[in-house]
Amino acid sequence: MQVSGHGNEVLAPANGVRPPGPGTRVRAPLSARRGLTLALATLRVGPAAILVLLVIVLSVLSDVFLSLENIGNVLKQSAVICILALGQLLVVVTRGIDLSVGSNLSLSAVIGALVWRDHGSATLAVLAALVTGTVIGLVNGLLYVKGRLPHPFIATLAMLSAASGLALYLSHSETIQGAPPIVDTIGAGRIAAIPGGGEVGWFPVAAIVVIVVALLLTLVTRGLIWGRWIYAVGGNPEAAVRNGIPVPSVLISVYVVCGFLAAIAALLTMGKGDAGSPTSGALAELDAIAAVIIGGASFLGGRGRVLNALTGALVIAVMRNGLNLLGIDPNWQYMATGAVIVVAVELDVLRGHFERRFRSLQAVSDS
Amino acid sequence: MNAVTGPASVLQVRAACKRFGAVTALDGVTLDVARGEVLALLGDNGAGKSTLIKAISGVHRLDSGSITLDGIDITAANAMAVRAHGVETVYQDLALFDNLDPAANFFAGRELAGPSWLPRPLRVLRHRGMTDRTRELLDRLQVTLPDLEATVALMSGGQRQAVAVARAVAFSSRLVILDEPTAALGLRESARVLDLVRRLKDDGVAVILISHSMDHVMAVADRALVLRRGRAVGETAPTPENHAQLVAWIVGATGSQAI
Repeated sequence: MQVSGHGNEVLAPANGVRPPGPGTRVRAPLSARRGLTLALATLRVGPAAILVLLVIVLSVLSDVFLSLENIGNVLKQSAVICILALGQLLVVVTRGIDLSVGSNLSLSAVIGALVWRDHGSATLAVLAALVTGTVIGLVNGLLYVKGRLPHPFIATLAMLSAASGLALYLSHSETIQGAPPIVDTIGAGRIAAIPGGGEVGWFPVAAIVVIVVALLLTLVTRGLIWGRWIYAVGGNPEAAVRNGIPVPSVLISVYVVCGFLAAIAALLTMGKGDAGSPTSGALAELDAIAAVIIGGASFLGGRGRVLNALTGALVIAVMRNGLNLLGIDPNWQYMATGAVIVVAVELDVLRGHFERRFRSLQAVSDS
Repeated sequence: MNAVTGPASVLQVRAACKRFGAVTALDGVTLDVARGEVLALLGDNGAGKSTLIKAISGVHRLDSGSITLDGIDITAANAMAVRAHGVETVYQDLALFDNLDPAANFFAGRELAGPSWLPRPLRVLRHRGMTDRTRELLDRLQVTLPDLEATVALMSGGQRQAVAVARAVAFSSRLVILDEPTAALGLRESARVLDLVRRLKDDGVAVILISHSMDHVMAVADRALVLRRGRAVGETAPTPENHAQLVAWIVGATGSQAI
């Protein structure tokens, strides 16, 4: 096809109602178009820019920040938020929200630990945790779609409460000690084969889990019809129905995957503490949602990328780690997270503004 | 009335009636559209234009009368079934996915993917194939977009309309219904959409065009059918000479009294 140099043409003039010739055409100033394109490109890397800025500032302020051991710690601490954020991302892309991932994590961990304590089978324990998380996701999806609850906020808020109550009940409000060795390895293990961390190594196994899940999710969301449908449903649910996309199934499926990923996060948490605690996931949903927002996903749906959600999760983890290293009161962490959310979303608002400018520029150069 | 019949007629609507409670929205409307013909539907607000196209596209079901498409009776077919028979409707709100690029918009719900033994959601998208097909089609319709990879959100009103119309054409072998395709557009963008309508016609697609702009109707339509209070009150070629007559039918005056 013919792509004109500056893309001002919509339809090439043909017979009939003929637009004025090229000589009379009023074109938008090219500098304005280039400026906008540049601004949009810059804002698109916004989340990464925030992360890089944080890393630079912290490496100047703290000697140990860039040590391999500390980097390993950050990766290990951030793994749970990363996994939860990836699940949350899918839900947010479809204009939803899953408030239950923290409680889901707690309940899956408790059930996994109970099965391990009572039956001693690692396979059964892992399976029990994964099934728990997935079923919770399925129930969320069914409540929202089939139960016709007005918004996923309601279904998952109810689940937040119910799952956390069940976790406390089953565990008698106590931490269940012990976890299968394989779970301990993925949650707390370090890879000695990666040099720089002495005999024990510095690179956490949990980071490998995050990388594998992120790669899989990238392939699935970009490469499969299912992934395309998720973005279509988020972009325009009504049009998705009109185009024959099975919207109810797509919606249910994202809550199922989100629940499954919460269970993966539960395994990482169990491994980290060699235990299943009924409060281990408390408030984790807020971190997950914050990570997704900092990563530039839109609550209006249809927009959000795997890599950006990971970046958002890392921003939160790095900020916490940095404030710790600098000996700053831990309560500042929450205030800092709040500030970063506002900054990230303001950047997104700015991006929307530039996009509208760009669009009207297209129309101007068209007429 | 001088309806076109015979083998060239793609769509035949016969004595279509539709009531909503006490309101008679369609009262015995009969129309024909031939292959490669642009039929303009004119009429004031509430004349029944929307009800008629919704009945044709399967959104509303007629109380009586019949609709046939190349001899197939689609009177009772629902929207999906009518689409499957090669009828596409471009509504005023366009129904585009702003967050997706033109190719993804074209193939939403009918993605090219494989292998076929996998359940449909798990099939691998053929990005290249979809982009190539999109490019081919836009080329054929002489639609030029600045960037085929850009999301539709970044396009102007005319470009978006072009994508919506092209998408309709891509999958409609028989009939395209355009509901006010130029309503939100500027002068030049309108001209380009009208050019696009002409090319549909050249491609042998039947087109039903709803427009409030008599200029646009005269520019592209072969025939104009005027609806008033649910009835077809007149039909003629939309030429400058017939302009006064068409307006008279629309407002309900007799020909000599108009204007």
